[in-house]
Amino acid sequence: MDQQTALWIYQKMNEIRFFEVEVHHIFGKGLIPGFVHLYAGEEAVATGVMALLDDEDYITSTHRGHGHAIAKGCDIKGMMAEIMGKKDGLGGGKGGSMHVADIDRGMLGANGIVGGGFGLAAGAALTIKTLGQSHVAVCFFGDGASNEGTFHEGLNLASILDLPVIFVCENNQFGEGTPFRYASASETVAERAPAYNMPGVRVDGMDVEAVYEATEKAIKRAKAGEGPTLIECDTYRHFGHFEGDEQKYKTDQDPNRDRDPITEFREKATKNKWMTSEQADEIESNAKKTVEDAVAFAEASPLPDESTLYTDIFA
Amino acid sequence: MTERKVTFMTAINEAMAQSMRKDESVILIGTDVAGGAEVDHLVQDDGRYDDAFGGVFGLSKGLVTEFGRRRVIDTPIAEHGYFSAAVGAAATGLRPIAELMFNDFVGFALDPILNQGAKMRYMFGGKAKIPLTVRTVHGAGAGAAAQHSQTLYGLFGAIPGVKVVVPSNPYDAKGLMLAAIEDDNLVVFSEDKMLYGIKGDVPEDYYTIEIGKANVVREGSDLTIVAIGKMVQVAQEVAERLNPDGVEVEVIDLRTIAPWDQETVIESVKKTGRLIVIDESNPHNNTATDIASVVADKAFDYLDGPIKTVCAPNTPVPFAANLEKAYIPDANKVLHVADEIIEDLKKSHTM
Repeated sequence: MDQQTALWIYQKMNEIRFFEVEVHHIFGKGLIPGFVHLYAGEEAVATGVMALLDDEDYITSTHRGHGHAIAKGCDIKGMMAEIMGKKDGLGGGKGGSMHVADIDRGMLGANGIVGGGFGLAAGAALTIKTLGQSHVAVCFFGDGASNEGTFHEGLNLASILDLPVIFVCENNQFGEGTPFRYASASETVAERAPAYNMPGVRVDGMDVEAVYEATEKAIKRAKAGEGPTLIECDTYRHFGHFEGDEQKYKTDQDPNRDRDPITEFREKATKNKWMTSEQADEIESNAKKTVEDAVAFAEASPLPDESTLYTDIFA
Repeated sequence: MTERKVTFMTAINEAMAQSMRKDESVILIGTDVAGGAEVDHLVQDDGRYDDAFGGVFGLSKGLVTEFGRRRVIDTPIAEHGYFSAAVGAAATGLRPIAELMFNDFVGFALDPILNQGAKMRYMFGGKAKIPLTVRTVHGAGAGAAAQHSQTLYGLFGAIPGVKVVVPSNPYDAKGLMLAAIEDDNLVVFSEDKMLYGIKGDVPEDYYTIEIGKANVVREGSDLTIVAIGKMVQVAQEVAERLNPDGVEVEVIDLRTIAPWDQETVIESVKKTGRLIVIDESNPHNNTATDIASVVADKAFDYLDGPIKTVCAPNTPVPFAANLEKAYIPDANKVLHVADEIIEDLKKSHTM
């Protein structure tokens, strides 16, 4: 990993963390309608993957999608406004937290349907392959989605068509309030990959470098026309499934419970001389400022005009 | 324009071929749309492919030979997977035609249509386009029983963000299919399998028919009959049978059921004062009841009698031939159900 990449990763990790902590606060104040699902704790996955993507690559995301959107380069002000249901939101306030998207940035949307992204990512990869482009599509999904039938259909289809897609599982130990170890017949998600004739690797999802290296290999394979890869990232969510979740299912023995991927990366990056402590401090305060500005922007943004209820249904 | 007669199936095949010639981004994807993938003896000496099926009805025969397996894509039998892929491809630059072999299989294909394709543009504030055509097959009459014979276009038509067209003849089938593929939205193109063999005049040229516009196929002043797909033939028969009694029936082929052409239907009812809607769907929460409710609301003062809907009964599609025949709306049923207004009409003509 080079210095520039490390600085970018550290910046995005901090933007995500500050963003989610801020959303947690303002949700508590009643400024956000509906449901929000926070990504804090899983920052190493989104940033480790997205450090290797550009705007022309596609991702599909999940209901826990804020981290993916920030790492993919979505405008943070527009995201905050969207989550607050405001006019200047990325979707004009018509999608909200579970549907944050920016097609121009290759972000095909957070998704309110668990397991909704497997085929969408395969489809984006089908476009890439059919039009002879050299990009990739990445499908982020949770351990919960791995037990949907769509997991099987998406991986099987992508494999038989050799599509340039990477399936990234964020195994945060729980599908809503049910432990993965109960819900899955297989011990890991990665071990299912050979059944679909693709590599399946399980990496420490709290370690950005591990995610980055696995993604690098998967992209190389996809671009060589060799087909998809499944990467399972072992991680943990700091907050509940949704805001307001009492988290009764968590235990002191949960894997990764006491780890923080941001602190770990700061230590590693400074030790490896990818980043100085001063640079790290500066990135942290800039990220905090970025999020504060986003909140101010979103609060100042008006509600969407009622006429927009009826627009954007058909092209 | 040369006059020539081709079948309903050929008309659709020709539309797909012409659009694929015109636009490299058009692909056909589905289960056995070609068939025989990776079967060596189906590869010709020049490297082109023969199909094993060309669609389960043979409708897409020859397309893989002309366009290759890169653009005519056989999928595993995994409707969710490939419908979801079709939506993802449509959102990123392709213009897919995805085939749902029988509309009855919609349960496995629904989420990509209902929650993804139909809603992305709205949820993303107008920043997505989903130019996806869903070809599917409906209708009873082939002895295919309860899971291969339903008429479910109304289910798709109830979803905001989805357009639904139901052609009634070969000419319309070609023009509406070309319009559906050109459309930048998710369009369900629902084909009645019992129409596949019928022949009609179909120009060789590329032409489109406007989606959302009904077609007045017979003008009349006494009674409006709105019909969908195969039921247009039934409406025509009813019109012929009432003609000797001096009843002039206006027959409207709805062509598009979502969004359906309120203007044409209401204008006709204002003229005739009477309305029958024929729809092979089950009788509740369907297109016919929707039309009846809108007309009752917007043209109540022009009505001279009750609006009648003639639909399939509220049962699954039966298998035995006599039961299936009893299930499908026909001219006798329309005349029976509409007896009241027909008698009323006849009286007014004999007075």
